[in-house]
Amino acid sequence: MKLSLGPIPYLWNRDYVFDFYARVADAPVAIVYLGETICSKRRTLRLPDWLDIAGRLAAAGKEVVLSTLALIEAESEVSYLRSITEIGSYAVEANDYAAVNMLDDALPFVIGPHINVYNSRTLAVLAQAGARRWVMPVELDRETLAAIQRQRPQGMETEVFVFGRLPLSFSARCFTARAHHLLKDECNIRCADYPDGMQLSTREGESFLNLNGVQVQSTRTYNLVNEIKTLAELGVDILRLIPQRQGMLEIIDAFHSVLQGGMPLPVAADILARCQPAGWCNGYWYGAPGMDQVNHA
Amino acid sequence: MELVCPAGSFPALKAAVDNGADAVYIGFRDGTNARNFPGLNFDFNEARMAVSYAHEGRARVFLAINTYPRPRQWGKWCDAVDLAAQLDVDALILSDPGLMDYCREKYLGLRLHLSVQGSATNHEAINYYVRHFGVQRVVLPRVLSLTQVQNVLKRVNVEIEVFGFGSLCVMVEGRCTLSSYVTGDSPNSSGVCSPARAVKWEETPAGRCSRLNGVLIDVYAPGEPAGYPTLCKGRFEVGGHVFYALEEPTSLNVLDILPALYRSGVAAIKVEGRQRSPAYVAQITRVLREAIDACISSPEKFSPRASWVEQLDKIAEGRSHTLGAYSRPWQ
Repeated sequence: MKLSLGPIPYLWNRDYVFDFYARVADAPVAIVYLGETICSKRRTLRLPDWLDIAGRLAAAGKEVVLSTLALIEAESEVSYLRSITEIGSYAVEANDYAAVNMLDDALPFVIGPHINVYNSRTLAVLAQAGARRWVMPVELDRETLAAIQRQRPQGMETEVFVFGRLPLSFSARCFTARAHHLLKDECNIRCADYPDGMQLSTREGESFLNLNGVQVQSTRTYNLVNEIKTLAELGVDILRLIPQRQGMLEIIDAFHSVLQGGMPLPVAADILARCQPAGWCNGYWYGAPGMDQVNHA
Repeated sequence: MELVCPAGSFPALKAAVDNGADAVYIGFRDGTNARNFPGLNFDFNEARMAVSYAHEGRARVFLAINTYPRPRQWGKWCDAVDLAAQLDVDALILSDPGLMDYCREKYLGLRLHLSVQGSATNHEAINYYVRHFGVQRVVLPRVLSLTQVQNVLKRVNVEIEVFGFGSLCVMVEGRCTLSSYVTGDSPNSSGVCSPARAVKWEETPAGRCSRLNGVLIDVYAPGEPAGYPTLCKGRFEVGGHVFYALEEPTSLNVLDILPALYRSGVAAIKVEGRQRSPAYVAQITRVLREAIDACISSPEKFSPRASWVEQLDKIAEGRSHTLGAYSRPWQ
């Protein structure tokens, strides 16, 4: 199995992003997904900047995929999406059927985690449109994955989200702006102040959700490191890690070392535990509430 | 511009038809539809009676099979489509592309509507469903501003249905797994959000607490009206402040923009609430029928009557209303 690094879900400052990917160029991930997937108002990097980073990563031997917005509402967003799909030199990750419609019969593409592939027939429909890889929606469990794998279309690669805060929902409303009593149209890009999102807790102080602009994430880190053996047995091709500020390179190294067989699972789990400020969860994998921790039998 | 009303039971369907709905939407009594609540919905024979009652009253019937089947559920969802095809319903409301593909293969003549759960928020996504599955109507998620709805209408060659009244989903429908994160059941998978089986109420010295699978959703002071603990409508702490961090308990109500929706070419106004009582459905249908008729007969002179707003607010979630995402400031 190969490792991939998903798109950065947060708004990080420009220099940090360039520096981050310079380090990623030397890290043991095979595939890097680039671009803004959450909010079109985040423009600290423009398309030429992303292509600049893409070029450097490709030169370092990475497979680069340009990822795209999950929620597309405005005409300007449709146009920006079209310009990404017309580049041609990199594969595109579709996170909305708008992208599927543009790439249909034109270029091979990746089905991102925000497109609902819950069964084999849907995957077959998308394979016909030119999809060559799918990322399993985070809500799905291992039995569903096993069943879809058994009928996987020829040549289709399977990627599973294995580490990071879970993407739980999208809205038209910007929750970061709302928390600052700002209108979305006058948000002053306040999400830039929260490089790992803004924590929402219950009234008894339990850390619960993570506000990331128009996206809501879990605060707990979804972590399937203990499931790597099963993932391999199910014929999964790629394991996806989600960028965060804390310990990203250590996270990549831990997964890589486990895959190489050089690091025992408890050691990796200890390293990862330091990068999970609100703890971890894996419930979805077992068909349980996503926030649950199910201990491996 | 049609009025499409919810029917979670035969009495609710009668209420909608008798009070002037142009169409009603229903679902089977299982997880194949996004309002899979105990005691609601229709078995095959009840659905047959419902279709015949509605057709006699000149109302159309749309049947929702709008959850996303996993492989182990696939056969059951196909069976639901097969049953629906025998029912003389006027359209199926679907969200799963695999299931739409099945319909196209087996029942080419069946009219398909894309469910709000299909998350189509722009003309490119809509065109995908139209090209591949011959979808004839698309229900827009409750995330677009009025201007964005109008822009979509200019660019598509398909009927557009929008939500006009009812509980407000804050998130993009079809793209929210908050409920399964907490309870294991989500609209996509199980046809429910914040299911009643996971709700617990506790009386504590601090007040009345509502919990969803143990997670504290809200605390109500003595005398404060308590709402159903839909998890996006609780009060939480962010940055040191406790408030409705995601959304207040409130209802969507589009009366203020009805003429604009009409002039832009919206084909249908949908009312949320298959989980609601027949009395609720009757009242909403009556008010919206009057309002839509008034709007169509003279859109330039239309303004919402105080009595309509009052009647609707009385039965609305949180007893208040909002334009939701249709209005930019809400976003």
